[in-house]
Amino acid sequence: MYLNTMLLLAAVLFCIGVYGVLARRNGVLVLMSIELILNAVNINLVAFGAFHATVVGQIFALFVITVAAAEVGIGLAIVLLLYRNRRSINLDQVDLMRG
Amino acid sequence: MGALSAVFGAEAVGEATAASGWFLENAWLIWLFPAVSFLLILLFGKRFPKGGSEIGIFAVGASFVFGVATAIQWISEVEGGGSKGAEGEYALGAGALSLAAEGESSGGVSAVSRSITWLTNGAESIGAGILIDGLAVMMIFVVTLVSLLVHVYSTDYVAGDRRYTHFFAFLSLFTASMLFFVTASTTLQMLVGWELVGVCSFALIGHWWEEKPNSNAALKAFFTNRVGDMGLIIGVSILFFAAGTFDVIGVNEAALNGTMTHTVTLAAALCLTAAVMSKSGQFFLHTWLPDAMAGPTPVSALIHAATMVVAGIFMIARLYGVFFEGYSIGGSSLNLLALIGGVTTLVGASLAFVQNDIKKVLAYSTISQLGYMVLALGVGAWTAALFHLFTHAFFKACLFLGSGSVSHAVHSFDMKKDMGGLRAHMPHTYRTFMLGTLALAGLPIFSGFWSKDEILVGTGGWGFFGGTDANGSYTIMLVMGLVTAALTGAYMTRVVYLTFFGEYRGHGTPHESGPRITAPLWILGSLAVVAGFINFPPGFQLVPESWREKFFQWVEPVGVSYFPSIKHATPSWSLAIVSVIVALAGIAAAAYYYFVRVRAVSPMATELPNGPTRRWVLARAGHSVLVNKYYLDWLYTRVIVGFVKGPLAKGTNWVNQHVIDRVVNEVGTRSVQAGNVVYHKVDQLVVDGVVNATGKISDASGEELRRMQTGKVQQYAAIMFIAATILAGIFIIVI
Repeated sequence: MYLNTMLLLAAVLFCIGVYGVLARRNGVLVLMSIELILNAVNINLVAFGAFHATVVGQIFALFVITVAAAEVGIGLAIVLLLYRNRRSINLDQVDLMRG
Repeated sequence: MGALSAVFGAEAVGEATAASGWFLENAWLIWLFPAVSFLLILLFGKRFPKGGSEIGIFAVGASFVFGVATAIQWISEVEGGGSKGAEGEYALGAGALSLAAEGESSGGVSAVSRSITWLTNGAESIGAGILIDGLAVMMIFVVTLVSLLVHVYSTDYVAGDRRYTHFFAFLSLFTASMLFFVTASTTLQMLVGWELVGVCSFALIGHWWEEKPNSNAALKAFFTNRVGDMGLIIGVSILFFAAGTFDVIGVNEAALNGTMTHTVTLAAALCLTAAVMSKSGQFFLHTWLPDAMAGPTPVSALIHAATMVVAGIFMIARLYGVFFEGYSIGGSSLNLLALIGGVTTLVGASLAFVQNDIKKVLAYSTISQLGYMVLALGVGAWTAALFHLFTHAFFKACLFLGSGSVSHAVHSFDMKKDMGGLRAHMPHTYRTFMLGTLALAGLPIFSGFWSKDEILVGTGGWGFFGGTDANGSYTIMLVMGLVTAALTGAYMTRVVYLTFFGEYRGHGTPHESGPRITAPLWILGSLAVVAGFINFPPGFQLVPESWREKFFQWVEPVGVSYFPSIKHATPSWSLAIVSVIVALAGIAAAAYYYFVRVRAVSPMATELPNGPTRRWVLARAGHSVLVNKYYLDWLYTRVIVGFVKGPLAKGTNWVNQHVIDRVVNEVGTRSVQAGNVVYHKVDQLVVDGVVNATGKISDASGEELRRMQTGKVQQYAAIMFIAATILAGIFIIVI
């Protein structure tokens, strides 16, 4: 198992996540894509941690997971409220802040 | 009274010493009762059947009982010879409060001092607590007793008043503040108490504020006192920075043992003197006190005769180390404090002659007697000053409450218009008023005689009177004191004639007041007779030696580090006889004028139709000076304020128009020209250009940037990712 294999996996995961965030219209899917990005980072952290033979990377990954859980909780709550108010979670229709 | 207290003292000594000291150490309860009562009356007073007055009477009664208990314990401690080891006795840890207990024990008299940490600021922790010694105990006794009697008196006097509850709330607050002040262990606490009594005084003078003169008088009292309060704040600050502590004992020790230089001590003493001058009505800041008579009479008796106005006297006595060192009282023959006192006592006594309002006569008389006390402190007669404070509180409160009783009957304070011949109508008021008058005039047996004589002896003037071993030879003060003694007798004779003799000049038939008014009068009247017996002079052979000098032994701290070692003048029979003769001469002169000459004209007359003021220019001039109160009010309102408004304004106006204006105009014209240049060239072109350009740029860039704000989350995300990619690219290339 090489480090660059892991990094490649992470890069692929990250790109899929970015694509999802930018291209999907569904709010829930955007949130899931953000999770993919975060998990790509987690893979990087763990991989580098293993590479350097320390547990610091895993600890950071645990923190990221915790934050991600909180973030997705808030995100889903927003999506839920959005749905209740507009009967839609299409992000293109949410542009109240347009200048 | 002296004998009675001595018996009490002896009994207390016989009791177990273990219980001793509880009241002394918990003296803060004494001010807590009325403080709680204030809140209760304010919040719930109107729901009580008697409008909250019963709460106030109960609280002050409790304070009085505690005060008496404290006094008994203190006396037993003093009489017991201070055999106590103070430390173990007082070190009682209680709850979360960190109690610092110390007993300043030496020479048999120990001040009980307890404090908690009030606030900590960096390394400086400021304490608050109680300092109980003879002085505090004496003040507690006077304040609680007079306050209790005034409370009872007020239930009749202000009955039916629209702010009855409010009145009693403020009486409670005042009593609490005054007790807090006299038991304070730090100068900072004293400052707080001092301001609180000032506020209460303001509120109570203006009790009937619907009438403009009353609210004006309240404001005048408040503002005049502010002048002195600044002195107190500055003085306390100087003492803090010089002595490094707010602690009263610490400040006194620092002044006495030379920690503070003489100059600093003098500066502090001068600032504190300003405070005394306003609060204790000393010349030339006394003008608020007569006007303060606009308040209800019980207030005048309590605040403006017996207690609040002696706050200044108490403050000098409390910080006597500072004053003693600052003014070099020991061994000089003139100092500012004695001079202020002397002038005040003369000014007050002379002004009391020409007032027609009975309360104003008494107010000027109070100023005069306060002058006596300051004079006594100025010449080093510490005990004499406080003894006079003690006796004066009773006889002057008696006189004030008597005048209130009279006005209750005739609905006026004007002696010439509405009084006269009240002796027959109001026997109780008449008799008690006479007791107060005789005490004030300083006739033998009556309390004022003992205390006033002690002050005169303390001046140490004129060695041939035999008054030796005083702190200095203040001959001028002795003369001022004697002249005042004569004047006092004379003006009180005038008041008594105009009020109680001759024939009634008012409307209707006056009736004696009810028992709630006459009972306090009789108590105070009796005290006006016997209060002096508590301090027979040392050489007074007519009583056993153990009865003599009780007040001195109980009140004056002897042989302690925080009190200067002052000398005590030996009393002399000759001076006592001279002062009595002088007082009798004053009384006789006034009696001849009123009881013989004026009465011969008509029982209704109040003055001679061709009296000296009618016949002699000089007398008329003197009279008008007095009527105008030495032109002091005129000086303040017309000369100082008027000078600013009148001639000074006119003069400055001319200078203004012709000199300054030309300069100003010239400057103005040039300025305008220069301004025009600047305006057109600099302002319009450069500054405005920059400003406008900034605005335009902001506007234009905003207009452009607005388009980026699409509201679409995913576009923002795209921009963020692109930016992050670019930054990452730069990062890789640079590293």
